[in-house]
Amino acid sequence: MTDSMNKAACEYKIGIDIGSTTVKVVVLDLENKILYRSYERHYSKVREKTCEQLLEAKNIIGSKAVKMLITGSAGLGVAKSANLPFIQEVFATAKSVTTYIPQVDSVIELGGEDAKIIFFKGSLEERMNGSCAGGTGAFIDQMATLLNVSVEELDALSQNFEKIYPIASRCGVFAKTDIQPILNQGGRKEDVAASIYQAVVDQTIAGLTQGRSLGDTIVFLGGPLYYYKGLRKRFTETLHLDEEHAIFPENGDCFAALGAALSTDAYETFTFDEIYSGIEKSVSDSITTNTMPPLFETEEEYEEFCRRHNSNAPPKTDISKYTGGAWLGIDAGSTTTKLVLIDENCGILYSYYGSNKGNPVGIVLEELKRIYELTGDRIKIKGAAVTGYGEDLIKNAFRLDVGLVETIAHYRAAKHFNPDVDFIIDIGGQDMKCFKIRNGAVDSIFLNEACSSGCGSFIETFARALGYEIEEFSKLGLFVKHPVNLGSRCTVFMNSSVKQAQRDGATVADISAGLSISIVKNAVYKVIRAANADDLGKHIVVQGGTFKNDAVLRSFETELKREVTRPVIAGISGAFGAALFAKDKSTESSSILSKDELTNFVHKAKPITCKLCTNHCSLTVNTFDGGRRFVSGNRCSKPLGKAAEALPDLAKWKYNKLLSYKGIPGKRGKIGIPFGLNMYENLPFWHAFFTKLGFEVVLSPESSRAVYRLGQHTIPSDTVCYPAKLMHGAVLSLINEGVDTIFYPCMPYNFDEHIGDKNFNCPVVAYYPELLAANVKELAKIKFLYPYFGLHRPKDFKKRACVYFEKEFGVPHSETKEAVDEAYKAYEDYKTELRAKAAEYIDFARKNGHKILVTAGRPYHIDPEIGHGIDELAVTYGFVLITEDSIAWKMDKQPRKILNQWTYHSRIYNAARYVCTQKDMEMIQLVSFGCGTDAITTDETRDILETGGKLYTQIKIDEITNLGAVKIRLRSLMAAVEARKEANNG
Amino acid sequence: MAKLVYDKNGRLLFTKEMKKEYTLLFPQMLPVMFKLLIRIFETYGYNVEVLNTTHREVVETGLKYVHNDTCYPAILTIGQLIEAVQSGKYDPHKVGLMITQTGGGCRASNYIHLLRKALKKADLEYIPVVSVNINGMEPNPGFKISIPLGRKMIFGMMYGDFLVHVGNQCRPYEINKGETDTLINSWTDRLVEMITNGKGMSIGQMKVNMAEIVRDFAKIERSDIKKPRVGIVGEIYIKYAPLGNNNLEEFLMSEGAEVVVPGVTDFLILKINNRYVDVDLYGGSKLKKFAMSIFQGYIKKCQSTMIDVIKEEGTFRPPEHFEHLQELVKGYLGPGNKMGEGWLLTAEMLELINSGTNNIVCTQPFGCLPNHIVGKGMIRKIKDDYPDSNVVAVDYDPGATRINQENRIKLMLANAKERMKETDE
Repeated sequence: MTDSMNKAACEYKIGIDIGSTTVKVVVLDLENKILYRSYERHYSKVREKTCEQLLEAKNIIGSKAVKMLITGSAGLGVAKSANLPFIQEVFATAKSVTTYIPQVDSVIELGGEDAKIIFFKGSLEERMNGSCAGGTGAFIDQMATLLNVSVEELDALSQNFEKIYPIASRCGVFAKTDIQPILNQGGRKEDVAASIYQAVVDQTIAGLTQGRSLGDTIVFLGGPLYYYKGLRKRFTETLHLDEEHAIFPENGDCFAALGAALSTDAYETFTFDEIYSGIEKSVSDSITTNTMPPLFETEEEYEEFCRRHNSNAPPKTDISKYTGGAWLGIDAGSTTTKLVLIDENCGILYSYYGSNKGNPVGIVLEELKRIYELTGDRIKIKGAAVTGYGEDLIKNAFRLDVGLVETIAHYRAAKHFNPDVDFIIDIGGQDMKCFKIRNGAVDSIFLNEACSSGCGSFIETFARALGYEIEEFSKLGLFVKHPVNLGSRCTVFMNSSVKQAQRDGATVADISAGLSISIVKNAVYKVIRAANADDLGKHIVVQGGTFKNDAVLRSFETELKREVTRPVIAGISGAFGAALFAKDKSTESSSILSKDELTNFVHKAKPITCKLCTNHCSLTVNTFDGGRRFVSGNRCSKPLGKAAEALPDLAKWKYNKLLSYKGIPGKRGKIGIPFGLNMYENLPFWHAFFTKLGFEVVLSPESSRAVYRLGQHTIPSDTVCYPAKLMHGAVLSLINEGVDTIFYPCMPYNFDEHIGDKNFNCPVVAYYPELLAANVKELAKIKFLYPYFGLHRPKDFKKRACVYFEKEFGVPHSETKEAVDEAYKAYEDYKTELRAKAAEYIDFARKNGHKILVTAGRPYHIDPEIGHGIDELAVTYGFVLITEDSIAWKMDKQPRKILNQWTYHSRIYNAARYVCTQKDMEMIQLVSFGCGTDAITTDETRDILETGGKLYTQIKIDEITNLGAVKIRLRSLMAAVEARKEANNG
Repeated sequence: MAKLVYDKNGRLLFTKEMKKEYTLLFPQMLPVMFKLLIRIFETYGYNVEVLNTTHREVVETGLKYVHNDTCYPAILTIGQLIEAVQSGKYDPHKVGLMITQTGGGCRASNYIHLLRKALKKADLEYIPVVSVNINGMEPNPGFKISIPLGRKMIFGMMYGDFLVHVGNQCRPYEINKGETDTLINSWTDRLVEMITNGKGMSIGQMKVNMAEIVRDFAKIERSDIKKPRVGIVGEIYIKYAPLGNNNLEEFLMSEGAEVVVPGVTDFLILKINNRYVDVDLYGGSKLKKFAMSIFQGYIKKCQSTMIDVIKEEGTFRPPEHFEHLQELVKGYLGPGNKMGEGWLLTAEMLELINSGTNNIVCTQPFGCLPNHIVGKGMIRKIKDDYPDSNVVAVDYDPGATRINQENRIKLMLANAKERMKETDE
């Protein structure tokens, strides 16, 4: 074809943007006037929807020759198989922005899956979100489903907020983990909606700007920013933009399509039919390659499967005829609420299972009223127990008798059906809980960490987004020939795998089966870490709403190659267990609100920020009729008005001890030290060193969200651990305080305590100063010292320090030598004092009959902003708390099954070994999200503890942590320890 | 059948008997180079097989037996090894598994232990695991990298790097499709033949061979169309192994780019250099430092030979000297940054940009610790110092979708092509 000929023939320019959730089509005439534009969700029917819109556009184009470009993440595949030209979407967007709004400094565009920023001022630069931050629009969709509102309603709600909750902005999974407890504790939907938007804003700004300034004038593009007013408001307020500088252009939802159309000049000309048929035909080209074997080959197989599983049912008793006592169990789960009423023979009188629709109190109220209606005067509720996330709230709201931790509730139910049960797995909406039973007691517990959260409710949310009910959706997958492999890391990754599968032509049924299998793989390989069925047990009982799904159950059995027991009431077994528990307590009457009291039931929730200490917890104050009141979200008992004497807490002691190292004004001026990472260990050393030299040591302020936000825009890697991220704010705070010299050395080696094969720090601790130097621009304006030092060789260190400090500050060698000696001494003194304190606390615990809890993590986990006050929470449960470094020295070196090469980890192994020798000690391991080395240490620590007859508990923490999950872990641990003790006594 | 013998810490040893009876399996990483290395091992009486499996079961097996939050290379290599053992293709009682061990502060030093844990989980504890390292860690009676063998391995590596380096500059432009790879294959066979006969294993002979290689490659008929050059840097396994990076090189070529992949030689020098630098930074044995400086000097000499040969012939861009990389990275990272790829990764990006390859894919396993600093952590500063640089960081993981990776790479490529157009105009 010759260009000139075709150019003459071309009369329209078409841009087609096929994104992860929507299709946008724009038709321009040769003067770039928009003749047609559309924006529609494609619900995975990518090609059909595109063709539909093209047909509409045909009314304008007719049979004229056109130029066209396809863009968008899903457009890539379509263009390839249709053999049509493609332009990357950020590029297309940049084209339309430079055409229409040339004065702009930067662009923020949010789509279904991707978030992008384009910087125009200075050198052109485009950025897209990293793998862990996927799903912007999709995230909003999911959150709306979670709140049981439409996306439009979510937007409307957000505009009436009173308070913004801090919600992890890392990704959808983390955010959801934060939102769920807020909802369950009675947080207002308006506030949650606005908080969801704020999380999107924070994620976009922190994750994408990475230190580069957005400039003065910013254009906002993409569907979510075009349609959701509340989201716009959060952006403009956060970035302090007025109307003139925040531009929301007309057609901002289809700028990429527009840019594609604008970019067509150099491309070849087509007829409309060529394009249309190309896209239409591309459907049959696609095949999904990454598939797995089917769940069921035949109908008979399925029938046999159902027969086997339907035999485990408790008897049903007719509530309208029964007379006598009854016991109520409520499981206020994270996403669903379950109620069971049982009779004297444990027969079920009444049961309920339903989504809590963001308002668990309302659901329980309705159900209770219904139960009172049905029972009349014939049935007397003699006891009522509640378990689950909403335990405290529901217990207070309805004055129930007792609350119990989920693990115990599930074990109680499982034992009822299978007295020999030795392994229970419960997959609920948000959490997975698995535990082994040995000698009639809960033995080891596996709880999912944040990344695996929400797998159960993900299927449900997903089904609803496609317009299916969960039952119907899961059945679709039972007989498909090729379930697609969707990975098992987390639901954010699964979500984008689903999108890829859809673009590759997978059907809804293939995806349904794939999702069920993914959830099971996540449970088996990530949470339980089992390679075969024998790692679990002989009598496996499965429970939880997610197992009602036959596809999930089937793939669980297939994966383990073992038949398991699913009680027919799998979905309500937590509630059933609670009811049995209430019955076990054999009380004569229950304090539960009576029928009359229910008619006057009033519930109000008010969000406040606790000002009683620097933690500034987000509290929700629930008030009910008759003056009943319940406060949630607190870490300590202060806001409850009970300032009880707290038990000894070594983490807190250490923290206060470190803060007490105050700078003393001296002849050499001030030197700033960022208080974070290994400084939590080395501060006594450097403090003594610099003080001796006559420097006044200035510590960066205590960590907080505010400190984090201060440096957030300079963080280059969004998957690095939170303790590292805080360092950015720490150095910036020092600079803001006017400190002009900051010392923060690179230390690949740690002290050699002779308990490991080597004495490394992790790469992040070792080299983070270099990262700060390269990313925090302000550091270039001051004297930032980040030499390589190794404290593990005192004599060599002394020599090198002499040379270094002479060069930097003209310090005479003799002075440095003295200071080095002083520093090593101060560090030794600190260690001695710490060990003595630990001994004192252990003594106290033993004299007063308290259990001792050892928290094993890194030195910086004692920072309340990093550890989220887990230590404070633990002591409220009656533990005396000590830290791993205070006991690790009591054990010598022993060969390990892994390369024991990081000093901090060596301490954990040794502390774990020591705990195994002490009857009254338990351990929990604290793990930071993104801490790669912990993939190695957690398995090893578990191994040490379990071999030594102890329980293993892991708590993963990030910027935000869900204390509800921590509570479950601590309480499960306590319950299990109790049960073990009882079993041993009995 | 060989008896199972353990050392005092209970580690299963690879015995001399096993050397005769067993097949050693090794995960693929660098196809051209490994072919040469295998041959060298064979001349020393080892029976080695490189695993080229790429099917989904490899990942699935890895996920089953390795902690899922461990880095992707561990999941892949361990998955590949165990999957091979379970495939039925080998007698499980007649195989040993080889895995490299670098010994730094990165998680990678733990792969061998994770492999053993995985074997235990899979009830395959009777399979010996052989550590391949240059530090003398975990010795085995039946497996020893002697000085002559080590020297040959170094030459194998040099040849491998050399073939890949010139090959990459020919392949995108060859007029007769497949000619470059045919030449690589024929030279690999020739080199294998030489190695078998103990030839080509001195700097002098290497120089002669390389000169001939470069002349042969220069003869390949090439078009003079301009293609954007795209460099690949990253965590060593993900950077090189097609299984790890979803065939990144192939994808980039299909998108019309010339791929530039810095070789392994610098990585080897880095690992020697680190031990030498450690003595400077923290103190330690002067003797060790001296020994290391000799070792480093030898490899640098090999590298210089390689560079000189290419320069003399004149057709192709030569790689850079290690010293030059050390120079470039000043002001970015200190010489003590050694975990994982350490400062070398940043230096490679800088070298690429300084030699006119502004477009770079920085690859890493999801959550790679050293790369937070030396990869993603340095891109901002590089961009500030070199506004024309065009670097995209891509994470690889069992759950990461290919489409998202490709879309990001496409953006980088679109920029690359645009810039090329601008400079042409």
